[in-house]
Amino acid sequence: MSYAAWIILTASLVGLSCGLIGVFLILRKMAMMSDAISHTVLLGIVCAYLVTKEVSGPAMLVGAILAGLLTAFLVQWLHSLDIQQEASIGIVFTTLFAIGVILIATSVGNAHLDVQHALMGEITFIPWNTTVLPLIGSVPKATVLLAFVFVVALIVIIAFYKEWKLTSFDPALAASLGIPVLFMHYVFMTLVSITTVASFDAVGAIMVVAMLITPASSAYLWTDRLSVMLLLSCAFGVISAVIGYFIALWLDTSISGSMAFATGILFLISFIFSPKHGILAKYVRPTKAY
Amino acid sequence: MEDEVVLSVENLSASYRKNIVLHDIQFNVRGGTLIGIVGPNGAGKSTLIKTLLEMHPRLTGSVQFFGTSFKKAKKKIGYVPQRGSVDWDFPTNALDVVMMGLYGQIGWLKRPSRKHKRKACEALEKMGMEAYADRQISQLSGGQQQRVFLARALVQEADLYFMDEPLAGVDAQTERAIMQTLKELKTNGKTVLVVHHDLQTVEDYFDHVLLLNRTVIDYGPTARVFTKENISKTYGGQLRWMKEESRHVVHSVE
Amino acid sequence: MWSTLLNSNTQWVLFSTMILGIAAGMIGCMAYWKRQSLLSDALAHAALPGVIIAFLILGEKNLFFLIIGAAISALIGAWFIQWISESTRIAEDSAMGMILSIFYGFGIMLLTIANRTAAGNQSGLDKFIFGQAATMIRSDVYTMLGLALLVIFIVFIGFKEWKIYLFDPEFAKGLGLSLKGMNVLYTAVLVTTIVIGIQAVGVILIAALLIIPSASARYWTHSFKVMLILSAVMGGLSGVAGTWLSTLGNGWPTGPFVVLVAAALFILSLIFGKEKGLFINYLYLKMDAQKSNARLETGGMAK
Repeated sequence: MSYAAWIILTASLVGLSCGLIGVFLILRKMAMMSDAISHTVLLGIVCAYLVTKEVSGPAMLVGAILAGLLTAFLVQWLHSLDIQQEASIGIVFTTLFAIGVILIATSVGNAHLDVQHALMGEITFIPWNTTVLPLIGSVPKATVLLAFVFVVALIVIIAFYKEWKLTSFDPALAASLGIPVLFMHYVFMTLVSITTVASFDAVGAIMVVAMLITPASSAYLWTDRLSVMLLLSCAFGVISAVIGYFIALWLDTSISGSMAFATGILFLISFIFSPKHGILAKYVRPTKAY
Repeated sequence: MEDEVVLSVENLSASYRKNIVLHDIQFNVRGGTLIGIVGPNGAGKSTLIKTLLEMHPRLTGSVQFFGTSFKKAKKKIGYVPQRGSVDWDFPTNALDVVMMGLYGQIGWLKRPSRKHKRKACEALEKMGMEAYADRQISQLSGGQQQRVFLARALVQEADLYFMDEPLAGVDAQTERAIMQTLKELKTNGKTVLVVHHDLQTVEDYFDHVLLLNRTVIDYGPTARVFTKENISKTYGGQLRWMKEESRHVVHSVE
Repeated sequence: MWSTLLNSNTQWVLFSTMILGIAAGMIGCMAYWKRQSLLSDALAHAALPGVIIAFLILGEKNLFFLIIGAAISALIGAWFIQWISESTRIAEDSAMGMILSIFYGFGIMLLTIANRTAAGNQSGLDKFIFGQAATMIRSDVYTMLGLALLVIFIVFIGFKEWKIYLFDPEFAKGLGLSLKGMNVLYTAVLVTTIVIGIQAVGVILIAALLIIPSASARYWTHSFKVMLILSAVMGGLSGVAGTWLSTLGNGWPTGPFVVLVAAALFILSLIFGKEKGLFINYLYLKMDAQKSNARLETGGMAK
């Protein structure tokens, strides 16, 4: 496969995984939790590096999962102490992120880890850092990680589809039916963490938020069915990734930035033209027909 | 089922951080009764239900359902949360919401079958909502949403129901439909506890009343418990009373 | 160490980050009560493209114009967030997340382009991401200081109006206070505080300076006035101590250190705070259980 093809494949995998997870993020009203986790995952990666002295897939995954769970747990805890949810998120992620940045800037800053990379992603380098898989041959490491995470996320979402739906829509009823709501919350936070860390290499800490939230929000404007929303969200994610790549080529600029920008373009189109919820439709038909 | 104690609560208390919101809660519920839980705002009505169903931690006391623990009796218990507790913009339709009541029976890793779907349809029909099965739930009126919630409770086929203000903000037609359903449940030997706001209808709707203000003020058959003295005891100085043609008219003084 | 402290430029920088911290602590209190803590985060990120566009137009780094660019861009972001969450079913936090990341992504696109030009590469625009107070020159310090003092002044003179506006907007309306006007003023001071903080603390972490001190202050008081003052003090302390820490190392970013100090103050407040602090809470909980047990026993005896 050519260099460009690998990049497009990797970016599409980011779009797929993020699109899938993003739908439940916005339906569970946790969009800003993804912002928090995408920042704190940095601390997880740094700590994993400090322990193992290498930036490898499995160590990074474990570090990210722990950081993600720690974030979710701390936010929940502060909120239970009567601090507003929003403020709890703000306190936790800025603090953990600051610690991560300081660790990088003071002690471990080297060729393997730098803040710039963490924030912007380095999808351009991905095709060169390969590993050899049986049957398939030489494959970029980041792509393998992303494919793995996507499959895991897909299986978990499909297997427990109705439980995800119910705990997102009505956690109180779910609890009374005996579904472990809190446990599922942490499982979901784990999914968000591994998706974030796998996408990290490609798009960086902040742009992954765009990939998580925006395609799902766009999809939310087009449909009233959860299954359709999931498919649309994944499709929008992939389209944004591909469009973003070509915008970046055209303007010779950051690929991850362009992908985030492309999700915005798709959203803008949905925002204006969506038949049910778009502003154009509201303008044409100002009263909602029941 | 009737005359058997289905719920027994002893010395229950619950706190919300510094404040004790419920204390010394003690009552036994017999099967086949329709109970109104009545009390002023902040009396802990919702908290009581949540504490009983282990959604809110309890400080002291014990609760038994059908003579056993909540975990073991879970399948026999149905819960209808407040309508405002969910986001009605969720991408799903009325039938699907009703089906959610069956998720406990369907079990992990399995999909709803045709049988489950039929059951959900029947429940919708019972609430007069069959025409709206495919409607996105945000496009239903408040009363219709509440009826969907009731239908969801019906498919659970529980023996004991907890309902948090099912009559709040619904139209007259829905109120009649809901009350008829609740009375049918009672006739079939089920037990229903309903958090209720409107003092004027208590006597018509419920055969038992639980007057609550942080603790149980009184509990028993409506005719005995729902008296002027008891009510003013429950509501403290917040109420002004008038008796008009044997009907209580109550004005809340904020 | 002392030599850096005695350096007059450093003193000015420290002084200005302290004033910035005070302003941020005060505005943060308002944001807290308006339940908009994360809005400041979104607006800070949304300011990035404005900074870069101002630079690309001007061709040089002039803090005053960069601040204007940042403010315009942040305001466009704020307007989008409001528009999206009001006119569609999309929740406000999703709208914030989108605007935050899309604007930031756009900013990074522009930054990459700006860095290709020789002037851009030298300009230290990258420093805007994490902030580096040490790179501020005298005129930057004056700009920042002036605007921060203006913000503090506006909060100060309208104290009782702000209070009514935050706690009981309907009542404020009844008193003849223009809610629309207050909203505009509030957004203006919020955005001003965010954008002047960007050079010192950076777009990613400036929000922390608004969020953390106000949350810490809540642990000490129930009075809005005292909360505002405490939050200002803690913000000022975080600003000055964090900046000082970051000057100890070569090229250390300022933002993370400021956040670290603020977080340390928060943890202290969380544990030892007079109101709802963990320690106090623990005592109350014990008393609750005892009270309840005592009731149980007397209840049992009465039977």
